[in-house]
Amino acid sequence: MRKIISIIVLVIIAAGFVFTFSQIPFGKDKINVAGYYIERGIKQTGAVNIVTSVVLNYRGFDTLGEVTVLFIAALGLGAVLFIERKLKEEIKDKEDKKRKASLILRTGSRILFPLILLFGAYIFIHGHLTPGGGFQGGAIIASGFLLMYLAFPRKSINKRTSNIIESVSGLVFVGIGLLGLVFSGYFLTNFLPKGVPNTLFSSGIIPIIYIAIGLKVGFELTGIIDDLLGRSR
Amino acid sequence: MSVIYNSMYYIASGGLILIGLYIVLVKTNLIKIVIGLNFIDTGINILLICIGYIRGKTAPIFSDPGIKSTSVVDPVPQALVLTAIVIGVAVLALALSIVIKVYEHNKTLNVTKIKGLKW
Amino acid sequence: MIFQLLLIFIMIILAIAASMFKDLVNAVVVSAAVSLIASILFYFLQAPDVAMAEAAIGAGLTTAIFIIAIRKTERYEK
Repeated sequence: MRKIISIIVLVIIAAGFVFTFSQIPFGKDKINVAGYYIERGIKQTGAVNIVTSVVLNYRGFDTLGEVTVLFIAALGLGAVLFIERKLKEEIKDKEDKKRKASLILRTGSRILFPLILLFGAYIFIHGHLTPGGGFQGGAIIASGFLLMYLAFPRKSINKRTSNIIESVSGLVFVGIGLLGLVFSGYFLTNFLPKGVPNTLFSSGIIPIIYIAIGLKVGFELTGIIDDLLGRSR
Repeated sequence: MSVIYNSMYYIASGGLILIGLYIVLVKTNLIKIVIGLNFIDTGINILLICIGYIRGKTAPIFSDPGIKSTSVVDPVPQALVLTAIVIGVAVLALALSIVIKVYEHNKTLNVTKIKGLKW
Repeated sequence: MIFQLLLIFIMIILAIAASMFKDLVNAVVVSAAVSLIASILFYFLQAPDVAMAEAAIGAGLTTAIFIIAIRKTERYEK
């Protein structure tokens, strides 16, 4: 009974899709709002990556909202999976009997881990010159930490250091926005000098904010995996 | 044939959304329902990017001094989808933590057997 | 063009297969393959930022979070 009603609902929705998508021509030129951003992007912000200048300069407030949503999700996950201190002692005794990972994984992950961190840092530092940015670099840093978690079943990161780095990075983002308010009267204006396009030290506050976002997202996703595995003491 | 080439991305995104919706409506395992939600997310992201695509133009990065400002695709949907992907993974992590707590309380993952509400 | 058509066809078949597996680890692995093909499609639609984000987050961290959740609950769908 449930299957028949669901299939009828899906057929109605599919008919709606066919009717809607036939009105949108695929591949035709429909640029409307973005013409302003493309023409004046490099002169007003100094970043050659137009997606970065849209994310951080023209729509910077939405990025602040997104960082907040990610923070609330990590907070909620830590609150739902909260283990009390007595239960943690029992789980720690059960975990000390775990086997070690294989030799290839242990050796390879020791070599790969600093290279993965370096690659992630490269991606979020050059966010205004090449494709990339804070969120991609943060995800790569979290993947590096996940590799270390898989290779060494009894170790974990220092939770206090990770919390401090994450909180300070979030405060740096909001602090730069408030500095923009002090200097020009609008929240999150680009008040540093724009520089020469296509060089590393250009486009004002955009590299600084992307470094803060990259560190924050990286340590946040690592904290999510650490809370799910239940490992830090 | 050109009808297929003009509409294949719409079929991809619409198909993913419908398959995800089918999994959410019909399947009874909680983790499969969360997988279905992930499919709906991915389908909507593909739809947003393929609306902003213009035939014959290139990625919106002016790394070459020869790229003119009228030969790039629309950058605004790409910025929005970047936000949507990160929010999708945040919602997924929170949903899975709630599933783990529900399993600890009820010892089953079948939605027809979890009767916590009264009516 | 033929390549993109083939990739879209494989993606739809994999999504249908994900709903029919009884072993949940199989379903999660197939979902990671769907994310990977979506990332390749993002590259063909001239969006390199989004392709990088989808590959790093969708095909990497999502699979890890799912498998940790499956390990704490049941593995087979009854």
